[in-house]
Amino acid sequence: MQISVTTRTRASTIAGIAALALIGLGLILPAFASRSVIQDLFFILTLLTLAQLWNLIAGYGGMVSIGQQAFVGIGAYAMFAGVILWGWDPIAAIPLGLGAALVLAVPMAFFAFRLQGAYFAIGTWVIAEVTRLLVAQWKTLGGGTGTSLPREATADIWGVKAIAALLGLRDAAARDVLAYWLALAMAVGTMAAIYILLRSRNGLALAAVRDNDNAARSVGVDAARLKWAVFLSAAAMTGMVGALIFLQTARISPDAAFSVTTWTAYVIFIVVIGGIGRLEGPIIGVLVFWGLQTAFADYGSWYLFSLGLIAIAVMLFAPRGLWGLFTDRTGIALFPVQRRLTTTSQGDSRNG
Amino acid sequence: MQRPPRGSSPGAAGRQSIMTEVLRLENVSKSFGALRVTDTVSFSVPKGQALGIIGPNGAGKSTLFNLITGNILPDRGSIHLSGQDVTRLPAMRRVRMGVGRSFQIPQPFEGLTVYENLLTAAAFGQARREADVQTECAEILAETELLRRANDLAGSLSLLDRKRLELARAMASGPELLLLDEIAGGLTEGECQALVETIRALHARGITIIWIEHVLHALNSVVERLLVLDFGKVIGVGAPAEIMASKEVREIYLGLEV
Repeated sequence: MQISVTTRTRASTIAGIAALALIGLGLILPAFASRSVIQDLFFILTLLTLAQLWNLIAGYGGMVSIGQQAFVGIGAYAMFAGVILWGWDPIAAIPLGLGAALVLAVPMAFFAFRLQGAYFAIGTWVIAEVTRLLVAQWKTLGGGTGTSLPREATADIWGVKAIAALLGLRDAAARDVLAYWLALAMAVGTMAAIYILLRSRNGLALAAVRDNDNAARSVGVDAARLKWAVFLSAAAMTGMVGALIFLQTARISPDAAFSVTTWTAYVIFIVVIGGIGRLEGPIIGVLVFWGLQTAFADYGSWYLFSLGLIAIAVMLFAPRGLWGLFTDRTGIALFPVQRRLTTTSQGDSRNG
Repeated sequence: MQRPPRGSSPGAAGRQSIMTEVLRLENVSKSFGALRVTDTVSFSVPKGQALGIIGPNGAGKSTLFNLITGNILPDRGSIHLSGQDVTRLPAMRRVRMGVGRSFQIPQPFEGLTVYENLLTAAAFGQARREADVQTECAEILAETELLRRANDLAGSLSLLDRKRLELARAMASGPELLLLDEIAGGLTEGECQALVETIRALHARGITIIWIEHVLHALNSVVERLLVLDFGKVIGVGAPAEIMASKEVREIYLGLEV
């Protein structure tokens, strides 16, 4: 029997080329886009990265955490601590966000992994709240009211002067461009890493554990180790994104940095609307979310109201999200992970 | 060490056990609360043998499998795989030592395709690279008549195909010892026959099989030895014909008045 196993489809080849073109366009965009476009894109890219990371742990790993704001917050605070307490350059302090989130994720996973389903979700939320309350006691970083990055630090961020000279911008706009480029790198890097993971044999294991972890263990999958690895890497990356977000705003407070609404509820909305458990979902979701926010942001609570209604409608009529609806109808996947088997029998041997 | 159970004599299988043993249980006991589901069970299985396990519902048959695979750990006693003590070893490690199992209620990875179910079992059960197991998995699909469903999601399969997938996935994990848990249950006569043929072919290849089954004619057409469990105790081991003829077994298991 001759066999071949393929993952790529025509759509995915086109999508791959389009993705490369988009990344290229994204890189050169600051040369001609306005500052507000760059700021919008920064917002979209950071939310997209957070959504992809939540999708990784919940959609692929089956760990529905509503405590991801803990990592955004601790990551952002670690970056602020690096700048304010030790006088680091903000860019150099971003990896501190990764380290701090990792340090927090270990005890969080240790406790939360003992819980299942809804208890896991609530457990992660509780740990995030406790972290927020503890950080609010940190007086040198502004306590409960928060603080700003010192002017000396923001005035002299690595690379800003060069960007300002290169693009002929003022320092403030050049800072936005720098943050935007970093956000683009994080979004692309995160999605590439997730895609590579899903295409590897660990991607199969992850799906197996999500579908049935008892059966997964009995075919030799180390379910516990896999969950730890996925949870910790998602947390670390979430911390780094948090650091970047608050580098761009240059102002932090416990309520903003540990906001369950912004960093978890919106992110879950994005993933669920777009389609959970697939890489395309959060991309669609974040565009829908951004569109709604732009259109309805001035209507205050009506805006949240409409988000809720849309979420309910999608869960009822398209439980696999907008992308799920589309892909079920058309069979198109932009970033396919499914291994498809084709066999050609030799001679007169027959199959099945 | 093996406690000679009443109602059986050491047959051909008994003498074979001097040769390589794939599995040996010694005085294994397990209780859930006050209920002793496995009661000082001892037996061994020589390489290449097919052993059938029968017993009424609640006799502790599936628990016995879970003890062998390591899904649960015994309170007392020891379990050896190919001469190595695995009593405290987790399930995952035992798979890599060659224990493959099917579940009584099929437990496919529903979000993966049939082929991906096998790839997962092969890549992790045999600790090999995915690219190296692709052909082997396709061959197992052909053998278990699942090739035409290879690219379908496992969640969409019929009962027969789910049973086949249980068998195929257990095979893909590269077992030396294959544990089948009521794999013929719920199938029609024709479907059952097809599955028995597949199992017989695997057995002919030298794979050691332990098979729990209520469909006795299917079981007896494959196994060389039968073990009877009742209330967690082994009440008989021997050649199928002997066991089926034994008064005690007929009384307890088949509920016949003698």
